[in-house]
Amino acid sequence: MSKETKKVTHKPSAKRRQESRREFLRSAGLAAGILTVSMFGYYPVAQGISFRLRPPGAIKTPDDEQKFLASCIKCGQCVQVCPVEAIKLTDLDDGFGIGTPYIDPRAQACDFSCDGLQCVLACPTGALTHDLDYPADSRMGFARIDKPASCLAAQGKGFTGIARGAEFKGKLRYDEIDRWNPIALREHPYDLELCDLCVRQCPIEIRIAQCEAGTPPSNDPNQCPPQHAIKLEPIENSDGVQRMRPVILDGCVGCGVCEMICPVEPTVIVTDIDKVTTTVSPI
Amino acid sequence: MKTVFESLMQLLGRKPSRPSGEQITPAAQVIHFEKKQRKLTAEELKAVHLAHAGHGNKWLKRRWTTLIIVNLLFVVSYYFDVQLLEGALTASRFVGFHMADLNSALQVMLAYKHVVLNLVIGTVTIFVLWFLLGGRTFCSWACPYHLLSEWAEKIHLWLVAKRIIKNHTFHRGVRTLFYIIFALLALLTGYTVFETISPTGIISRALIYGPGLALLWVAALLLFEIFVSRRAWCRYVCPIGITYGVVGLFSPVRVKFKLDGCHHEGDCRKACLVPHVLDVTIKGQAKDTEMPIGADCTRCGMCVDICPTGSLRFEIKGLSKLL
Repeated sequence: MSKETKKVTHKPSAKRRQESRREFLRSAGLAAGILTVSMFGYYPVAQGISFRLRPPGAIKTPDDEQKFLASCIKCGQCVQVCPVEAIKLTDLDDGFGIGTPYIDPRAQACDFSCDGLQCVLACPTGALTHDLDYPADSRMGFARIDKPASCLAAQGKGFTGIARGAEFKGKLRYDEIDRWNPIALREHPYDLELCDLCVRQCPIEIRIAQCEAGTPPSNDPNQCPPQHAIKLEPIENSDGVQRMRPVILDGCVGCGVCEMICPVEPTVIVTDIDKVTTTVSPI
Repeated sequence: MKTVFESLMQLLGRKPSRPSGEQITPAAQVIHFEKKQRKLTAEELKAVHLAHAGHGNKWLKRRWTTLIIVNLLFVVSYYFDVQLLEGALTASRFVGFHMADLNSALQVMLAYKHVVLNLVIGTVTIFVLWFLLGGRTFCSWACPYHLLSEWAEKIHLWLVAKRIIKNHTFHRGVRTLFYIIFALLALLTGYTVFETISPTGIISRALIYGPGLALLWVAALLLFEIFVSRRAWCRYVCPIGITYGVVGLFSPVRVKFKLDGCHHEGDCRKACLVPHVLDVTIKGQAKDTEMPIGADCTRCGMCVDICPTGSLRFEIKGLSKLL
């Protein structure tokens, strides 16, 4: 009798023990697998692949985005409020940076056409800090003349037509046309004796001009930038052709509009993300 | 309080224990005894099922409709720029009012170690909302991965029925391990590591802002659930489930089991995402004549739909007394 019950109870318990051991091993495997996959997310961060031009107010230093990636909740509310749709969200190839907002300035720069930094106001976590009040306060990056020789102004050339071609989808706000609605670049042809697009369309320079004319943006004198961001400087030469070259100044916030508008392919002017004005010329 | 503790331990992965004789109330003991005395014949059971036929998916329809509407609200709101529900499931604004997913907010707080007021407002709002609605109600009524996973589950069950594949289970405690590890990773590395692989956030953003590479990861998870392990992500991995499960510990909305009408056939446990919460429906296991289902329950209503005797019903605690 006792022998029989032993037989009956023993068999399933051995089987069950084996099953539970297998389940334990499988579970350990699952844990290791999922954690390994998730830690791959560190690779793009460590390699600097996830380094990007971020929206105004992003809490980062020019060479460290850790705080920004930590504080961003990856919801895209900043994307939704941008009037020129400059902000995009990153994908899985950015690893831990997935779902964070960035700007590809050559495709669509931030032209501050909202004036009030809507993306900063929309951010629920402070990843875009509210310490920022006006466009001129932003420190997104810093412009750089990458290919000075191909600059139209440096060659003494003008520019006529559509700045980036008929296919280009980027937008800018032209105050004189419509304060509230940005329009496509292709709907706004230029006719310039000497190309000065990077200076002409610089949001900081536009603001300074408005302030000098006594009509600051949103009628708020605080909107007036304290420093110039870009200027054209004459080039000394003997052939009698007027030549100018763009020079980046301390007021540059790195919004990328000059990079977006530059009609030369590839662009003469680029936006560095590892520099801001305070690191370029420390106070 | 003791049931709440048990409910928590079950959520964290402990196997439900069989109650001993003295833990069962006299009233429940009487019913258990009566059931032992009189077993239903096969014909009688058939008749019960026949009477229930066709009443099968009231809650499923309501739930899928709700889930799709919630996720579409985000999409429509952005697409038509109506500013009704801005953002994604991780954080959003409902007509201007902040809301933040509790698990995403927790990850951000641990990684960033600094909390701004808007995030507090959003977190408290969502806490109160899902506390009132039942905690893991979020999983089955709002999470877009849950819906995809349900469809994958149908394929999985078909393959299992055809004996093409076998289901592999894991220890449920591994989800608690994931919860602790992801919390520690956020705290120590300063990166929201879980967000990188969270299908909830990935799908929500893909719906609103357009698809991307990250959907390949979601596809891989679904394939794993189809061919290897039924509902593996929700059952064994997702920390969001634990976060909302804890919110639901004291929630008034829950499913309640009534012992007397139940024939203990177990259809409910076969349909359930988290069948351990329905262990009380096993013959002889109910401690009382009426038992609330534990916090790990996602309140999806599948058991309510499938139960041929109406022994499992939604209940709002305190409301029946008021009415």
